[in-house]
Amino acid sequence: MSNTHTIAAGPRTSESFYLKEEHHPENGTMLGFWLYLMSDCLLFAMLFAAYGVLGRNYAAGPSGADLFDLKLVAINTAFLLLSSITYGFAMLSMYSKKLGKTLFWLGVTGIFGLAFLSLEIYEFVHLIHEGAGPQRSAFLTSFFALVGTHGLHVTFGSIWLVTLMFQLKKHGITFENKRRMSCLSMFWHFLDVVWIGVFTFVYLMGTLV
Amino acid sequence: MSNPNHNTGHETHAHHGDHGDHGHHDDAPHGSLYDYVVGFVLSVILTAIPFWLVMGKVIDDKTVLSLVLLGIGAVQIVVHMVYFLHMTPKSEGGWNMMALLFTLVLVVITMAGSMWVMFHLNTNMMPMPVNMNSMP
Repeated sequence: MSNTHTIAAGPRTSESFYLKEEHHPENGTMLGFWLYLMSDCLLFAMLFAAYGVLGRNYAAGPSGADLFDLKLVAINTAFLLLSSITYGFAMLSMYSKKLGKTLFWLGVTGIFGLAFLSLEIYEFVHLIHEGAGPQRSAFLTSFFALVGTHGLHVTFGSIWLVTLMFQLKKHGITFENKRRMSCLSMFWHFLDVVWIGVFTFVYLMGTLV
Repeated sequence: MSNPNHNTGHETHAHHGDHGDHGHHDDAPHGSLYDYVVGFVLSVILTAIPFWLVMGKVIDDKTVLSLVLLGIGAVQIVVHMVYFLHMTPKSEGGWNMMALLFTLVLVVITMAGSMWVMFHLNTNMMPMPVNMNSMP
């Protein structure tokens, strides 16, 4: 009995040795989602490049120094940063299998996300009413394209978040829901990373002119 | 009977946590409360400094200020990657890092290349011939 066991275990241990060396992820979803995020990163890189090239072409119109309200941007940044850590708390509550707490922190994250979006929409409406809409100059076109795309991502992230809250409520903390939470976690933190680029490159450096 | 034993074994392993390398079911690496709090505090500091530099008009030289802003932004992106996205060179068997590096190469080529080419184009085209403007 023990003999056959060791014989059977012989090739298996060498197999596990190889697995340790290469370590194929058992579930490819995380890696796949990461690849999607990287492609999204390229999309933003194009928009950043467009802003970098066109961001000083004002067509005799207003510049960033005239338009940007840095206090508003600082508040927006705070909202997004806070939503990042509250999402982290949601993940931690999920890993300790506390459904109520998970839903609570997801809700808080969603509220911060919505606060971010409403401030951004307020800013856009304000700009357009001042006559600084996307058609005013190449600078504003690239500005609205870049910041608007980011806002669109936050919008869809928020929709996803609400959907996930319903799924969590219905099915509990299952394997699938954990996977979904992890994906949204990557998405949400990635949006925060993009926002770092936006407030540094567009808003802060845009007001230096 | 052996199954629950198996599970608890994994649980303790996961708690010792080399970022979920052992975990069957926790497929994504996840950080601790400590990670998130450290990341958050660092982010707040790294966000407050550039806003203070610009709004308080601390540095007069715009080139220097721009470089400082970009530098702090880059550091904050790394902080987010490490503490919020839990990137390690080992996550997903190293493929995460490979994809990230490849993307970064493409991003640098795209950004630097576009600006380089377009600004050269701008400087070369800038002195427009006067007669061209007055042409009907």
